[in-house]
Amino acid sequence: MNAPTMADLAAKGEKPEVLFWVGCAGSFDDRAKRVTKAFVKILNAVGTRFAVLGNEETCTGDPARRAGNEFLFQMQAMNNIQVLNAYDVKKIVTACPHCFNTLKNEYPELGGNYEVIHHSTFLQQLINEGKIKLSGGGTFKGKKITYHDSCYLGRANNIYEAPREVLQALDADLVEMKKCRTTGLCCGAGGAQMFKEPEKGNQDINIARTEDALSTGASTIAVACPFCMTMMTDGVKNKEKESSVQVKDLAELIAESIK
Amino acid sequence: MALLQQILFLISLGVAGFFIRKRVLQIRSTIALGKKMTLTGPSQERIKNVLLVAFGQKKMFKKWIPAVLHFFIYAGFLIINLEVLEFIIDGLAGTHRIFAPYLGGFYHFLMNFFEFLAVAVLVACIAFLIRRNVMNIARFHSAEMKKWPRLDANLILTIEIILMGAIFTMNATDQILQTRTDHYTPTGTLFFSSFLIPVFEGLDTSTLVIIERFAWWFHILGILGFTVYVTYSKHLHIFLAFVNTYVAKLEAKGHINNMPVVTNEVKSMLGLETAAATPAEPGRFGGKDINDLSQANLIAAYSCTECGRCTSECPANLTGKKLSPRKIMMDTRDRLEEVGKSMAAGGPGLNDGKSLLGDYITKEEINACTSCNACVEACPVLINPLEIILEMRRYVAMEESGSPAQWNSMFQNIETSFAPWKFSPSDRFNWSKD
Repeated sequence: MNAPTMADLAAKGEKPEVLFWVGCAGSFDDRAKRVTKAFVKILNAVGTRFAVLGNEETCTGDPARRAGNEFLFQMQAMNNIQVLNAYDVKKIVTACPHCFNTLKNEYPELGGNYEVIHHSTFLQQLINEGKIKLSGGGTFKGKKITYHDSCYLGRANNIYEAPREVLQALDADLVEMKKCRTTGLCCGAGGAQMFKEPEKGNQDINIARTEDALSTGASTIAVACPFCMTMMTDGVKNKEKESSVQVKDLAELIAESIK
Repeated sequence: MALLQQILFLISLGVAGFFIRKRVLQIRSTIALGKKMTLTGPSQERIKNVLLVAFGQKKMFKKWIPAVLHFFIYAGFLIINLEVLEFIIDGLAGTHRIFAPYLGGFYHFLMNFFEFLAVAVLVACIAFLIRRNVMNIARFHSAEMKKWPRLDANLILTIEIILMGAIFTMNATDQILQTRTDHYTPTGTLFFSSFLIPVFEGLDTSTLVIIERFAWWFHILGILGFTVYVTYSKHLHIFLAFVNTYVAKLEAKGHINNMPVVTNEVKSMLGLETAAATPAEPGRFGGKDINDLSQANLIAAYSCTECGRCTSECPANLTGKKLSPRKIMMDTRDRLEEVGKSMAAGGPGLNDGKSLLGDYITKEEINACTSCNACVEACPVLINPLEIILEMRRYVAMEESGSPAQWNSMFQNIETSFAPWKFSPSDRFNWSKD
């Protein structure tokens, strides 16, 4: 897989247009790794000069900060900022809304100032610029897709339309859940919930959200976040619908339809 | 007799003023316990929020039925209270409808317009009582909405209905008296209250004077008393919503406030720069009690009118967890009141051995939050319960090391393998080789 590292490029005295921040889920989680690869496939297909940090990347500190461990967050942030600044990084794209939010909104106060964009916006731009050409009469024509808003893209950063425009480019029938956009229901993983069992209640949040998604009758649940991916996939399995309903990231849907 | 009324009126104003001032000072002194807020960002943005969100009620209109009803009461409150100015001048000067001769036909229009608003308020309050008590609207029946909060809401609506009733009684009897004595300045026919004329028409003049005066006094004393009541009630939002929309955070909702104290320490640990004169006493990390929260958080607590839109959107609450963002705000306010009362009575105040986290809010509640910002988005007056929750998590994590075990493992993973899961950092780039 052609994914040059910043170190590779620096050795050749080169700089990429954009740094692809992979994130911990995108690096280690088997399901999220497929999204990482799909996004790299797109970047290579459109000829974007990009690079990754490879083993020099570390957790942004998002879950530590949200769980209350400010020391650990700032240690991570400072170390990452040192690396990013040493490579003189100007622009970052990431497929993780949590990394996106932290890099964009929380690193500037600690000395890390970059243009940070989420891959949904990046893909939308590529489509609008005509750089991504989708195969006509696509596999999604007439099929129902529902989009699950990630809290860290939507309410946290007001990105509601970019992912939807990407899906519309697929010529699919985009159906909305009753709770969407500003009132979209969380998948249950945010705020470091991904890393612990939920508190006592009468239902798990991801099951409630999966029910919302299934009730649209969509055969594809589109997500734009690795944590949402895990939660919704688990939800679909819990409802024993994995044979008829797939959970896919925007990047995978585009990569599959690319000419 | 007239002079006696004037003296009584002055005393009433004085008494109400005394109690209102006392309460305002107490509330201010409890808010002052919070950490000083630093308002960043352009003040035009803040003024825009006040105008659009508080004055214009923009966010209320996400649910249009309560929004329209609420708008009636809000417009009625703003506009009918112009009449209170006349009440006060009349009360002090011993006059009756002092503006009527000066405004002439416009006075007639104004009084009719006020009556129209009074009818709108009446209808809205009755509708709200029905929504609250008869219809099964979940957010009015949550665990925290028992006893006083429930009574408070019903009292406010009932008092408003009674006050509107007083206006109509006063205007109806006044119109009859206008035909009988010269003292009562002609107002012309007042459309809505004229429907009540048949009820009072058979009574003799002296009885009518007593009823009219009683209604007048009842209305103005009611308003003064209600104003005092408001300072003890969730209804304080009628004033503080404006303040709160001004001080509310402007950054993207996903942004969490930085802790400069920690930045200094981390920088010196990493040898990045010699931390500029570290403060002698860094204080407590995070929030355990109200004095650890920012003054903006405390203003927010007093601004909350317990509508529950936050809680009805909270994913944790919707799936049966104990967390309710509304309760976080109500608890903060209750603790402020407890400390305020204690301070006013010369008691221990903050040092009463209690704290917001522990005695009011439990770890189980704050741990259940997904930081999804649904509550923040839902609040019609820009209250941010999430900030308080996160400050408490900071206290638990950094002062008590009392986070859930799985979070402590996650912290450890980040420290040792730079990822929240236990993977070897040297495997991070393996995905490219598959």
